[in-house]
Amino acid sequence: MDQTFVIIGAGHAGGQAAATLRTKGFEGRIVIVGDEEYLPYERPPLSKAVLSGDLEVMRTFLKRETWYDDKNVELRLQTLVTKIDTANKSLTLSDGETLAYDKLLIATGTRVRKLDLPGAELDNIFYLRAISDTLAIREQVRDGAKMVIVGGGYIGLEVAAVGAKLGCEVTVLEGLDRVMNRVVSPEVSEFYTEEHEKAGVKILTGVGVTDYEGANGKVTHVVTADGAKHEADLVVVGVGVIPNFELAEEAGIACDNGIVVDEFARTSDSDIFAAGDVTNHPNSLLDRRLRLESVQNAVDQAKTAANSMLGELKEYAEIPWFWSDQYDLKMQIVGLSEPDDDVVVRGNIADRKFSICYLRDGVFVALNAINAPKDFMVAKKLVAAKKRIDPALLADVDTPLKEM
Amino acid sequence: MAKMNITNRDGEQSQIDAEVGISVMENLRENDYEMEAICGGQCSCATCHIYIDDDWVARTGTRSDEETELLEELECMQASSRLSCQITVTDEMDGLTLVIAPDE
Repeated sequence: MDQTFVIIGAGHAGGQAAATLRTKGFEGRIVIVGDEEYLPYERPPLSKAVLSGDLEVMRTFLKRETWYDDKNVELRLQTLVTKIDTANKSLTLSDGETLAYDKLLIATGTRVRKLDLPGAELDNIFYLRAISDTLAIREQVRDGAKMVIVGGGYIGLEVAAVGAKLGCEVTVLEGLDRVMNRVVSPEVSEFYTEEHEKAGVKILTGVGVTDYEGANGKVTHVVTADGAKHEADLVVVGVGVIPNFELAEEAGIACDNGIVVDEFARTSDSDIFAAGDVTNHPNSLLDRRLRLESVQNAVDQAKTAANSMLGELKEYAEIPWFWSDQYDLKMQIVGLSEPDDDVVVRGNIADRKFSICYLRDGVFVALNAINAPKDFMVAKKLVAAKKRIDPALLADVDTPLKEM
Repeated sequence: MAKMNITNRDGEQSQIDAEVGISVMENLRENDYEMEAICGGQCSCATCHIYIDDDWVARTGTRSDEETELLEELECMQASSRLSCQITVTDEMDGLTLVIAPDE
């Protein structure tokens, strides 16, 4: 009898895994169970081109609906898995149905971290994770609207950039001393702060949000610890995400800040695999375990997981990379920098085209390329090779990175 | 619809009815051609690399500086290289012929 492979989570990893299974010739039953109403889609454009209205929602879908029909991939959307019974290899769904599996992939991703502050129940306070969030925010965005962003990370700043472009009066409230504090060097934070200010966005750092005030059920102000009240027609909160691993943990699958998998995306249960933002996985190129929130990870690890489900073991180890679009600035990030890394500026920041290189004990470990795609491409290889590079050479723009 | 002739990474040729108004990359993705296209069309990753048939190069527009910079760092770049997410299919592209570049 045909085998049944079930995928929990209809996000990028879940959709990719189904596509890979079929491309690899798996002919058994595939069921994707997802809580949202949409076909598996790409999330990165949600805070960028979809929010600005430049990209239609349906163009974020990994595959059209006809693909799922043609490939005989069953979609159980707007459905939650409430229990994994590993002994009987079956799932309980939110509609009460029981679904048996031969192999299971958990790709449940993350959910937004919510700020439980007084007034949090008021209308027009948004988070951004799903298509429905972006559409809800868009409805409130109009010329002159006062938009307050809580959190100056990638999501917050991307939304700020779109808001400013669409004519909103935007204020960003960041609790730490600079924007994107955990992910980029002070030089990059400063540059982006200036770019936002040029676009009319007000950026306040070192301010903690204490509560929301409202009238007639709608938010009117965001209050900060210094007592200031920031007028708001809408609020967008972007303060990080939490991995959705409770379901796995309750089923007895090993978890530690995510679902623990090996380099082949296998969990502690031999019939269960996991991929994407939810996994705590090893990376031999980085010599450590980590959990990543990124599309590259979702796609590449989902392929690894699909292969493993078919019995073909291929190690997953990639240098992480990301990107962020704000205004006409494209930042491409290679590797994971840390606060203690030595920083080398490559190029002239004032030219709005430069790279920041991160060295750890002399080894090139990460790079932020701002409008410098060439450096991004080369750095992927250099970081993977764990190259030791003289900082003076890195700073010399007349020496191409690929000659280093 | 526009016919598109594609050679995949195994050298096999096939033809699809490409949808007009969306990118070449989106058409390849919908039809399960092996190709990463990780950034989803944002010209951010260079993982949707294709070669355009010489007869079609001029008819598929010109590369932006950004696209050129990404392509130039690929080992397999050729004069006819493009990122398939940067070409929007038009009715005039009926018969477009391309090769999917190797993974790197």
